[in-house]
Amino acid sequence: MIEEVLATARYNAKIDPQLGIWTWEIAFYLFLGGMAAGIMLFSAWAVLGRRQDELPFAHNRFALWAPIVLSLGMTTLFLDLEYKIHVYRFYTSFQPTSPMSWGAWVLVLIYPLMIVQTLSTLRAGYTMLADLLEKLPGGAALLDLCEANRRLIAWLVIPLAVGLGIYTGVLLSAFSARPFWNSGILGPLFLVSGMSTAAVLPLLISARGPEQRFFERSDLGLILIEITLIGLLLISLATGAEQHLQALGLITGGQYTVPFWLWFVMPGLLIPLVLEIAALRGIRVAGLAAAVLVIFGGFILRYLMVEIGQVSTWTEYALQFDPQLLERLTQ
Amino acid sequence: MTTYAMVIDTRTCIGCGDCVVACKNENKVPAGLNRDWVVEATRGEYPNLETEFRSERCNHCGHATCVTNCPTGASHYWKDTNIVLVAAEKCTGCKACIAACPYDARLLMHPEGYVDKCTFCHHRVEQGLDPACVSSCPTHCMHFGNLDNPDSVVNRLLRERRHKVLMPETGNQPNVYYLI
Amino acid sequence: MNRREFLKISAALGAGYAMPALLGGCAPRPLPGTGAVTASPTVCNMCFWQCAGTLYQEDGQPWKVVGNPDDPHCEGRLCTRGTAGIGAYSDPDRLRQPLLRVSEGGEQRFEPVSWDAAFDFIAEKMNAIGEHHGKDRIALFSHGGGGKHFRRMLQAFGSHAYAHPSFAQCRGPRETAFGLTYGEGVGSPDRTDMGNSRCIVLIGSHLGENLHNSQVQTLIQGLNNGATLITVDPRFSVAASKSKHWLPIKPGTDIALLLAWMNVLINEGLYDRDYVARYCNGFDQLAAHVQPYNPEWAYLETGLEPARIRETARIMATAAPATLVHPGRHVTWYGDDTQRSRAVAILNALLGSWGRPGGFYRQEKVALPEFPVPQPPPPKEDWKAVVQGDFPLVSTGISNKLVEHSVGPDAYIKGWFVYATNLPMTLPGANEQIKSAAESLDLMVVVDTMPAEITGYADVVLPECTYLERYDDLRNAPERTPTLALRMPAFAPSHETKPAWWMAKGIAERLGLGEYFPWQDYTEVLDWQLKQVGSSLAEMQQIGVKRSPRKTPVYFAGDQPAEFNTPSGKIELYSTLLADVGQDPLPRYTPPERPPAGFYHLNYGRAPAHTFGRTINNPQLFELMPENTVWVHPSAAARLRVASGDYVALENPDGLRSNRIRVRVTQRIRPDSVFLVHGFGHSDERQRLARGVGADDAALMHNVRIDPIMGGTGMRASFVTLVKREVS
Repeated sequence: MIEEVLATARYNAKIDPQLGIWTWEIAFYLFLGGMAAGIMLFSAWAVLGRRQDELPFAHNRFALWAPIVLSLGMTTLFLDLEYKIHVYRFYTSFQPTSPMSWGAWVLVLIYPLMIVQTLSTLRAGYTMLADLLEKLPGGAALLDLCEANRRLIAWLVIPLAVGLGIYTGVLLSAFSARPFWNSGILGPLFLVSGMSTAAVLPLLISARGPEQRFFERSDLGLILIEITLIGLLLISLATGAEQHLQALGLITGGQYTVPFWLWFVMPGLLIPLVLEIAALRGIRVAGLAAAVLVIFGGFILRYLMVEIGQVSTWTEYALQFDPQLLERLTQ
Repeated sequence: MTTYAMVIDTRTCIGCGDCVVACKNENKVPAGLNRDWVVEATRGEYPNLETEFRSERCNHCGHATCVTNCPTGASHYWKDTNIVLVAAEKCTGCKACIAACPYDARLLMHPEGYVDKCTFCHHRVEQGLDPACVSSCPTHCMHFGNLDNPDSVVNRLLRERRHKVLMPETGNQPNVYYLI
Repeated sequence: MNRREFLKISAALGAGYAMPALLGGCAPRPLPGTGAVTASPTVCNMCFWQCAGTLYQEDGQPWKVVGNPDDPHCEGRLCTRGTAGIGAYSDPDRLRQPLLRVSEGGEQRFEPVSWDAAFDFIAEKMNAIGEHHGKDRIALFSHGGGGKHFRRMLQAFGSHAYAHPSFAQCRGPRETAFGLTYGEGVGSPDRTDMGNSRCIVLIGSHLGENLHNSQVQTLIQGLNNGATLITVDPRFSVAASKSKHWLPIKPGTDIALLLAWMNVLINEGLYDRDYVARYCNGFDQLAAHVQPYNPEWAYLETGLEPARIRETARIMATAAPATLVHPGRHVTWYGDDTQRSRAVAILNALLGSWGRPGGFYRQEKVALPEFPVPQPPPPKEDWKAVVQGDFPLVSTGISNKLVEHSVGPDAYIKGWFVYATNLPMTLPGANEQIKSAAESLDLMVVVDTMPAEITGYADVVLPECTYLERYDDLRNAPERTPTLALRMPAFAPSHETKPAWWMAKGIAERLGLGEYFPWQDYTEVLDWQLKQVGSSLAEMQQIGVKRSPRKTPVYFAGDQPAEFNTPSGKIELYSTLLADVGQDPLPRYTPPERPPAGFYHLNYGRAPAHTFGRTINNPQLFELMPENTVWVHPSAAARLRVASGDYVALENPDGLRSNRIRVRVTQRIRPDSVFLVHGFGHSDERQRLARGVGADDAALMHNVRIDPIMGGTGMRASFVTLVKREVS
């Protein structure tokens, strides 16, 4: 029987009583980063498979969404920084042991690639924008170059987009100090989830007919893979050391049980699965509903992962005193 | 690489918190933030009890995951030692280091927002002095020194007494030792 | 009409606590110590150990305060409170100006006034008391070095009545008991030689949470040298956790244990025959007296097994004479406290520890002459005979008796000076009495640094500056090594605050008694004194602490005879003085009352973060420990249906309830007892950190037992239960 308490008050903001340094800003960034990776991959897939007739949206118009979505994510990421004025410091050094440093520099490669991927089908997808660009000096030449190298660009996109998707998971899983995250499964899980959230976007925008069925089938497959990976994550925690078992306990009886199963697994995975099957049998509204739930699920997955991972810990400090009293010091 | 270690005798620590106040004074830590703290652990059932007091802080680990995870190099080893410092001018406040610490030893400086923590009072170590907490302890249960020097008091104590570190299984190689 | 309502010093008299706004610029904070650093010596006043230290400032801002390595009180290390001394200086809730109670349209409030106006008022009131009742009717309550100046001023006026609450509410029983036994008290710093002990017995002492600096340091040194520690305490204190033997004694039965130990030592022939023969009187009476009190009898009273009582007695004997049975510090517990302290003194004599290494050393102070001032006129009447005549063995004031004699229109005492002691929290269960006294007194002057509860009853509140802003008397305590320590100001007094010597002189001059304060500034006194002993103020300002060689031996020297200041000239195991006044000459055990069903023994104690009530509002210490908790054993918690983190009120058998207090369920306490740290539960609104936090144990003490020998207030005989609070 152990009673372990703090003998002196300790209540560092955002760290006590449970770690809470990252919330919705980081969840949004990971969600949008994964989505952007998925968008890039589907666009590249359409180009490499020469499927502009079957998948017109994916082939010509989807790619523009990637830099928009990713930029939105980068904005929330910037908002999370506590010392924003130093944001340029990500680019004054490279730290090979830091996943975040890798991510910062890989973005330097990804952004231009996203742009040229968009440009490579701009004329076909967004004629007004293409016309605007051609008016600028060198604009037409640029568009020609990108169109000519369309397939090369698509080949380059694949490893980088896969890297981006996996990286959003590795960013968390590299923290050995947070047992709930510390599993290699997180990388593939976030990639697959990102692709799933990207796959339902065309359903909400303009996909019809064969393209609609393509994305519904793709998403169905991706959801099945995602369910498998979640299962593997739980198994990996359940067969881990003490701190992993405790981390698993947070969602199997602990404070995050209801949120994890009722706010993520049900509406984010299981219900869309059923709805996608219904959609493939012709019930169109099911497909729309599934799409909305998948996007919700993608965000909720990141949000819960970020929060639960921070709560899972090697150390726990039980404060003996009411932390609100300490607020009197700064009034 | 010089390895500095702190050795704290739990048998003579009375959990008084002098080290906590001394650190706050010396390093001008703002109100509401703590670089160090005292834990009280009681084991057993009345009347067969054992109570241990531990003064805890950043462990200046040999394999510091906070240093490996920092994207800008703000979290770094000072000179050629194991003392982990945060170069505030490089810190973006991304908090990767805070997430990376299994001992939850770091904090966010208020109001600026960069990351802060125990520095083993490197500004005193440079002058050959002990950290403020060690120098203030009224029972003299805290010791500090160089593990590479076989005659240092820390080495002598670790040779002569049974000791432990906090959660060696993290793999971080903490350098704060507790004599038990 | 309630002439003296309890006034809360209004918030308008203070400014807010401003957090410096720093723009999040690129430049990080500079490393400490890289600016302009200055140092000055001081003597800490956060408690009564008075450790010498050095105050460092950087760039004109207070930086830190650190112990002086030459000082035997601290050996270079200040304790938790001492290290937080800057918090006392920078506390934004400090008193700032003299305050005068004024009546306006039926309402009373405090008005800030000038020092002149305050002194005029005081002098006028004092003279009025002198005219109508007599000049000897003003009493001084004092807890701190500055009180001496008020005492001189009052004595010059003609009032000699005074009390240090540290006697009747704290150390009195042991000073009396050791005085009766050995001819001298234990003193402060306590003359324990724990660094050299082979065995230390703490009975009701929680050294380690009571953080008297060199006491704790020497206890730890003793442990490091292999001493065996035996702790007798209903709570698994910090000291108990470092002990080889923890005896979780039933509260109130300590004398039974002490008698049983004496029984074992005497009957097994383990006592120091030679020492007893050489130095002691009354052994035969003692031996006969303790016969019935064997360990089997003691087991029934204390709950401690006979084998353990014997085992610990034998350990004590084996280690003797380097065995110290610690006399404790705050020993006003059950009302038979002088008897218990006598038992401790006797036990030490049987072990032969008094005057021997590892036991009690002999104290010596520097022979420092007093600055020549005229002697005050002798008192007309013996105030002690009036106020505390039923305690003839006591030569100092008994605070609770003085308070008693201040109540009502026919009370003997007509005026109070209260220096640095918060009487409502110091005296147990005395709130009503103090309130009544406040109503009938003609004058109440309170001098303090903080707006403590007592200030709410005053006519005049005089703001003292903290120890970091003033000179004071040289510290010259009777110690192992005679030492002088200088307190000098590091900062100018903030706002209108002043040192006590300045105030006393000012009042004396108003009364036409300026000749008793024949210096202009206290530095004159200090420099003169230091020059008499071969030093100077300039030297002490550099070094802070100066040690002197002893002139007397630190222990009894082998076969040299020792004389004791007792009627027989020997250590009185049997006290003739007690017999003469009709008290038990040998320790008598009185079984304690049992708590009523559903109630628990109310135990209280100290925490290293605080000096009872006076530091709760210190921002640095508040941050360390902002509230007290009530320790409850899991079985009691189950019965009361409380869990750790719940808030409850403590209620005594009279139905009086405390402020809300947080519950801590722990194995570290006897199932029949609760424990809380004393000093919380402040009601004064002006203490913006401390107000309304935690519970005050003193107000709940319904069963205060008065010691028949020295008049002290036994505070551990009360009971409480826990009442669950509605969510508030």
